[in-house]
Amino acid sequence: MTIATSHRIADILTRHEQPILEAWLREQLVALSARQDLISEADLRRQSAEFLALFTSACRSGNITDITAPEWKQSCSNLGNVSRSRATQGFSPSETATFVFSLKQPFFSRLRQELGGDAAGLAEEMWNATVLLDKLGLYTTEVHQKAREEVIKLQQAEMLELSTPVVKLWDGIIALPLIGTLDSGRTNIMMENLLQSIVDTGSDIAIVDITGVPTVDTLVAQYLLKMVAAARLMGAECIICGIRPQIAQTMVHLGVEFGNVVTKASLADALAYAFRQIGCTVSKQTSRS
Amino acid sequence: MERIPILKVGEFLLVSIQVDMHDRLAMSLQDDLTAKLVATRAKGVLIDISSLDMVDSFIGRMLGHMAAMAGALGAKAVVVGMQPAVAITIVELGMALTEVRTALNVDKGMALLQSLVAKSCSMDNHDCHEK
Amino acid sequence: MTATKSRTMPLDSCEEIVHLRQTTRSWMAEQRFTLVEQTKMMTATSELARNAVVYGGGGSAKLELLEGSGRMGIRVVVEDQGPGIADIGQAMTDHFTSGQGMGLGLGGAKRLVDDFEIRSEPGKGTVVSITKWK
Repeated sequence: MTIATSHRIADILTRHEQPILEAWLREQLVALSARQDLISEADLRRQSAEFLALFTSACRSGNITDITAPEWKQSCSNLGNVSRSRATQGFSPSETATFVFSLKQPFFSRLRQELGGDAAGLAEEMWNATVLLDKLGLYTTEVHQKAREEVIKLQQAEMLELSTPVVKLWDGIIALPLIGTLDSGRTNIMMENLLQSIVDTGSDIAIVDITGVPTVDTLVAQYLLKMVAAARLMGAECIICGIRPQIAQTMVHLGVEFGNVVTKASLADALAYAFRQIGCTVSKQTSRS
Repeated sequence: MERIPILKVGEFLLVSIQVDMHDRLAMSLQDDLTAKLVATRAKGVLIDISSLDMVDSFIGRMLGHMAAMAGALGAKAVVVGMQPAVAITIVELGMALTEVRTALNVDKGMALLQSLVAKSCSMDNHDCHEK
Repeated sequence: MTATKSRTMPLDSCEEIVHLRQTTRSWMAEQRFTLVEQTKMMTATSELARNAVVYGGGGSAKLELLEGSGRMGIRVVVEDQGPGIADIGQAMTDHFTSGQGMGLGLGGAKRLVDDFEIRSEPGKGTVVSITKWK
């Protein structure tokens, strides 16, 4: 039974591939008329023709119910590529799903033309085709969502990288200006960046400037102390500076202690201390010639 | 049996740990180091761990012991070249190793040893310039 | 959660501790764990393996690669048939030690990993399982 019907669908698709494609393209162009900035008609035609060919040959296999079966592998991977590229181009999930759903109208009208005399047969084929296309449409949404998630993850990682820049202040002195709230994920990346820069630049002193950190509670202090301890184990001294007056007050109220760590009020004080440590002196020129 | 070589460089000893330490190796290194310190009357020891990809509490303790043993024999010890990932792990593990002096690399370690030895010489002048 | 790869290794000598932690590292490197994650897991593994060899009189370790619900992880289960631990809570504190250690072994290992489980029965032995997720 299933075999007979599936052959009917495959047969109709094979015989009328070109007109179905043209009608489908018209449907899509209407649906996507507002998004012509994102995809050209030529690309759309290529994508549609490729998918329709794969779809037809998958239908010919006789299996029109299970799209996870090997016969559907090529169609699904093609569809996956389309969804992924649309996700990165900035199409919405429904615009992406439209790619498949807009095939319904031209496909169904062709079925009606071919099977018009056989009401029972037509109803059955319509049902089969609807179920199949719905499955494929949902599949595009799933892939689209996954692709978006990947984009978000990538952006998050990039932001983390950008938010922890290590700068070289002088030969042997590097600085890490911290801005924003510190959580464990960020501090881990920061710590790795700072320690790696210490190795790369051969710096003896690392200055961590916390002017841009809104609050310093016991947890944040713990992160900073770990960073100082790890730098010391590698043979570098870590100075913490940029402790604003309110921060100093809350630290005392919370009982946060930095122990033996050198702390300075401003970056300038820290730099002066660092210069002394590496044996540099800064002096003003007394006269200009 | 496999052993970690201890090289004499001027008045210092250089221990470069290039293999993944197992416990027996660590014990024999401590024996060898103390024996060599006494035999060479070296003023300092440089322990290069840049090739170590991990330091657990056992190896950490060994580093602490080696520094303390050197101290007991009148020498200074500096551990150099700890990798960032190793340093982060040691701190998370809860070891402070505050008794161990550190430097970024062999060059800086050597300079640190020299300044430490010079400082202690100026404090007790009589047993330093005997050659 | 299913194990996609697993391997059991003996733990009877200090060379086998080294072998176990190196295998752990190479499995993690294959799965592209970061260097810091590799180092932390390897160090925790080393602590547990040493406990089993030195205090537990030897035992075995099972390495597993886990996959499921969209994440991937590596698990090490270290088992010994030694004297066991009577008071686990006390053994987990940082300055407790029954041997010559610094007493960072169990508590330290726990801080280095994402999941930590311990079962012990005096006279029967100890099983510790640690997992790191990617």
